Formats: sequence, structure tokens, C-alpha cells
Amino acid sequence: MARRVGIEVSLAVSEAVRVCDVDVISAYPITPQTHIVEKLSEMVAEGELDAEFIMVESEQTAMAACCGASATGARCFTSTASQGLQLMSEIVFITSAMRLPIVMAVANRALSGPLNIWGDHSDVMANRDCGWIQIFVENGQEAHDNIFVAFRAAEDPRVILPVMVNLDGFSLTHVIEPIILLDKEDLGDYLPPYKPVVRLDPANPVSMGPASTPGMYTEAKKALEDKLRGSKKVLEEAWSDFGKRFGRHYRAIETYKTDDADTILITMGGLSGSAQAAVDQMRAKGEKAGLVKIRLFRPFPLDDFLEAVRNARILAVCDRAISTGGMGGPVYVEIKAALYGRPDAPYVAGFIYGLGGRDVRVNDFEKIVQKARVQANTEIPQPYEIIGLKE
Amino acid sequence: MTMNPNLDVYAARMLPEEEYFAPGHRACLGCGPVITLKLVMKALGPRTIVSEATGCMEIVSSTYPQTAWGVPWIHVAFETAASVAAGVEAGIKALQRKGRYPDSGRITIIAIAGDGGTADIGIQALSGALERGHDFIYLCYDNEAYMNTGVQRSSQTPYGSWTTTSPFGAKSIGQKTRKKNMPSIAAAHNIPYVATACPSYPFDLFEKVRKAKAIIGPKYLHIYSPCPTGWRIEPNQTIQIGRLAVESNIFPLYEVENGVWRLTHKPQNPRPVSEYLRAQRRFSHLSEDDLAAIQRMTDDDYQKLLNMEKATQPSAVKTASPKKATAKIARSSGKGGRK
Repeated sequence: MARRVGIEVSLAVSEAVRVCDVDVISAYPITPQTHIVEKLSEMVAEGELDAEFIMVESEQTAMAACCGASATGARCFTSTASQGLQLMSEIVFITSAMRLPIVMAVANRALSGPLNIWGDHSDVMANRDCGWIQIFVENGQEAHDNIFVAFRAAEDPRVILPVMVNLDGFSLTHVIEPIILLDKEDLGDYLPPYKPVVRLDPANPVSMGPASTPGMYTEAKKALEDKLRGSKKVLEEAWSDFGKRFGRHYRAIETYKTDDADTILITMGGLSGSAQAAVDQMRAKGEKAGLVKIRLFRPFPLDDFLEAVRNARILAVCDRAISTGGMGGPVYVEIKAALYGRPDAPYVAGFIYGLGGRDVRVNDFEKIVQKARVQANTEIPQPYEIIGLKE
Repeated sequence: MTMNPNLDVYAARMLPEEEYFAPGHRACLGCGPVITLKLVMKALGPRTIVSEATGCMEIVSSTYPQTAWGVPWIHVAFETAASVAAGVEAGIKALQRKGRYPDSGRITIIAIAGDGGTADIGIQALSGALERGHDFIYLCYDNEAYMNTGVQRSSQTPYGSWTTTSPFGAKSIGQKTRKKNMPSIAAAHNIPYVATACPSYPFDLFEKVRKAKAIIGPKYLHIYSPCPTGWRIEPNQTIQIGRLAVESNIFPLYEVENGVWRLTHKPQNPRPVSEYLRAQRRFSHLSEDDLAAIQRMTDDDYQKLLNMEKATQPSAVKTASPKKATAKIARSSGKGGRK
């Protein structure tokens, strides 16, 4: 039966993978992801998980081996971070195009250089357009729960796409939290065995991953785009069923005190908790602040987002990645594009924070809200601002 | 030049008629790798899964919506033939154990890549898969350059050869380096079977593929596959050039079975390498001195192989303890080196 335990978040991810009864795990060590796969290899060694564990020689091979295994109809899991995600990036894009429903936990970490092992979202943002479903979790419970959701949505015959579960490196992966762990008995038929639509099988030969000409490539990309967009409905079903069974409810966009909010903070990932505390602080002072957390980044839940911010005058978008030489952080640019040209669109201010593990405190969110308000009242819109930069 | 008529003899008609790499693909006339794959697939049969690297054989066989493959086939990227094959093997292993794979028997898994996909960009994935001991065959079809992108040099391009990125000129002989010895590198992983072959010797190739199929564990096949387009030869010379490569000891046919090296074909009167080199326009710029230098390199390499054969033959290692056997191998090979 479900039990509430104090456990490191990485290990809670491994526990979920075990309960999902994966068939093949292929991974390569990289900080801060290593605890996840260490625990999984231990589970395989102890016979607690009946899976093939391929300890490969690089992340590129980790994902390629998952592709091969997934093509046979095996349920596959891998995990990586940072440079690892960059090294496997080439294969990451192919995985979604080949419609292989692999689940990967990404312990989000800064990209070199300079080398930095701490958390931010540079790694996943460099792979933003890879065609995977991309979920960002806020705490350990969400990380654990969303592994089940990820496999369920990935393997749904209406989807058949890979899913990335993003959790902030160190500030989430390495903390111990009280987490309700599900076991196989609890899971029941929430996650049925994976039944591949096609698989590598000598009785029914298929060619997977063929070359395409200019006469077919656009259609292949459009098909992937449609499937990825269509996956939102299936994800919502998976979250809804999860809520009914286990009492924890998730949505693509979470709102906190947004109904009457004048200024709304927009966050993704583990810093959302601090932002929520900041909203409470500001509310206590009588300020109408609110928070929108983006849990589902791809496919981008546009309608849910517009609904969540429809009463706001100002949005303060917080990015944990920098788009060097660009128009601002990737989430900021995305939201500006989503709102541009819409009547009564709120003012959108962009902030970059928490790069390479730089600490972000509750008070920093108050400063962000104040800065956004100042910006909104100036005549010339400001470019994005980096929070906590040393002069 | 005139060819010895014997070099044209090609009697592959005694092999099985079934095709698993079907005609109708888009390869160039006289393509050596196509003959290689055709023969290999005849030897492996229908209970085979192919993991193929990006390259000539992938492009010509798979362009959507057509396929030349009569067996399950998967292509992911250039450097991933071995890593995808490793995943296929692990996936089937896990699913068969859990009773969730439709086939419960042993299935042959083969990774196929060209020389660039094997010796250059794919060598890390290959080494990893050999070291981890997956039950699969790795096949390198060696046509000695990146032919799919238009004849660029690889680490398998031979010394002195012209390619578009190893052009000869006032200050260059062409390719300045010697072929990286892939069969030796594979053998250094202590895998049960390594072999070289050439489709100009179809029965030798067929036997080696059959042997590889029967052995459990990683197997490495390095198959010399002439490319008329890149080697600047006529399409009807593919078989002749393969024969000349073998008969001149440029590409010796041998196998390494459980550490025992054995030449499977020893030319009684090796032909001069000049006969092989002069037949191809990629070597047409070489001087007589260059040819003499390549003759010396070829003789040295062949002698090293003979030494390995002698040093590792079972009679040389018939000692009681494995430790002593190793010592004996080391001594024998030392002697050979001083010859």
C-alpha cells in the first residue's frame, strides 16, 4: 500500500520507475542525475526490478540503445542532465520522429562553459523543439507521480511519443522530502502493459527510421506536430484519472491566487514553491499578486495559459535559461509571442534568474514583481533583466 | 590493363536463392557493399533484425515509402549501428524473459555500418557494445572512404589514395596515413569471433557469416567492399578488384576465433600490389617509389598476420594453465617480430 516516507527525490523517481516495471534501462552517469540510475541498477541487481540495465559508454548510446529496445516493444527509461542531454541531443530529436515512447527524467543542470554542475534549465531549453512531451515538476511528490503519468501518456495508442520529466538539479534531485510512494498494488491498471503498434519482429518485418525526400519530410514533421499537440488531451486524461485514484490532482497550468491578481509571476520547475511563498507575503501586505506555474511546456497549453492570465495587467516571466543574443529567456519569448496582438494583452516583463545554481530567495520574487510594475509604467518597454547579477 | 581471367570467376549461384536484401534499391552500378549485404543476408536468413547506420546502404535501401529489406530493419543515426543493436538485443532479452515478445527463439541481430560509421564516428559505440558482450554481429562494409557524401577520406582510406579531402598535389601524396586496423581493435576486446571477408570470395564470406551467426556473444566482420564510384574503376571490375586486393595481400582473409588467428586464404604466389593499385584511378598519381613503399607496408602487415597465426595456433598454447599459455603467446609473437 502507498506509504509516506522521507526519501531523496531522485530515489522517489527510481521507485516510480520500478513500480512501472520497465523492461530496459540504458544510462550513463552524470551529476546530478546519478542517484536515479544508481538506485535502479541496485534494484536490478537485487531482483526487485526485472529489467535489462545497459550501463553504456555515453549518453548518445544511452538514448540510441533505448531507441533499439523501445522498437522491440520494451518499456524503456533513461535519465540524464546538462552535457549528457546535449551529447544525446541528436538522438533525442530522432526518438520523437520515430515515435518511440521512452520516458526520460532530466535533472536540469546548467550547460558548460564554464563547467557548472548546478541547476538551471539551459539543458532542456537547448532541446526545446525536440518533439517530446515536456513536463516540469515542482517537488518530489510531483516527480514521483509524473513518472506514472509519463508512461501512461507516452504509450497511449493516440500518442506514442517520448516524455521528458524535468526536475531541477540538486535543489530538487538531492533533497529529502516526505513523499507518498505508490506500489504495484496501488497502481492497479492505471498503467497497462505497453502494447506497441509496430515492433521489430521477424514474423512481421517492418523498416523503422527510413530516409525521406523533400516530398515527404514536411508531412512527417506535420504529423509529429499534430500528434504532439494532440497529446495534451491524453495527458489531461492521465492526470485526471491519477487524481481520481490517488487524490493528487495535476493540470497543465497551475494557478495560485490569480483571479483578482494585478501582477502574475510565471514560473516553471522547482522555484515555483518560493514564488508561491512570495505571493503569500505580498498578499499579506495587501498587494494583488498571483502565480502561474507552467507544468506542461510541450505541447504548450495556450488556451489554459490565456485563461489563467486573463484578468492580469502585468506578467512577470521568470526564466532559468538565457537565450544568448536573443530577445529574452525562452519562456518569456514564448509568452510574448502567445499574447502579441491579442486585445487587452497584459504587459509582459522578462527576468532571468537562478543560472548555474545561483540562489533565488522568496524576497527576490517580490523584487521581480516590483520591477515588473515599474517597467509596465514606463513608456519604452525594457529588455529582459537578469536578477541577482553582481555588478 | 589485362586481367587474368581467373579474377573474373564468380560462382555465387550455389548459394540460397532467397533474398532478404532485395533488388530494386538505388545503389550505383557495380556496388560492392550491395553484393556484401546480399550475401550476408542470404547466410543469415529471415530470423534476423538489422540495425543500420546512416550511409550508402541505408540511403539506397530505405527511402520512404520503399524498402529493400525483407527482415525487420531499424535506422536511427550515423554512429548508432552498434548502440541500437545493443538496445534491440536487450529489449528482446527482457521481453522474452517476461513472456511478452511474440518470438521465443534466438534471433540474429546484426549491426551494419560503413567504414566511417565503424572506424570513425561509430567506434565508441562499437567498442562499448563489444565490451558489454551483447549477442550480436557487427558488420563493417569497408569501401575505404565516405562515399555517401561524395568520397571523403576516412581512417580506413589507404595510404596514397586520392579522395576529395585527401587530394594529391605538389605537397601531398593524397591520404597520408595508413588504415586503422579495425579487426585487430575488435579482437582486442576479447570477443569470440572476428573475421575479414570479401564478396569476391562468396563461399569464404558465407561460411564466416554462418559461423558468426552460430556463436553467442559479440562478433565483428570486416568486409572489403569495392566502390566503383569512389575508387574510379568500372562497375564490372568490382569482383576483380576484390580478388586483386586479396591475391596481392592488400586485404588478407582471416579470422580470429577465441583468440586464435587463422588465415582462411593464403595466396600461393601473391601478385604485386602495383597490379591492384594501377587498376584504380584513385591511385593513378602514385610514383614507382610510392608503389614500392606500399609493397613493403603490405609485406610487413602480411608477415605480422602470419606471426599472429603462428603465435596463437592451438599447438602453441597447449599448456596446462592459462597463465603459461599467455606467456607462450607473448614469446612466440616476439620471435615472429624479429624475423
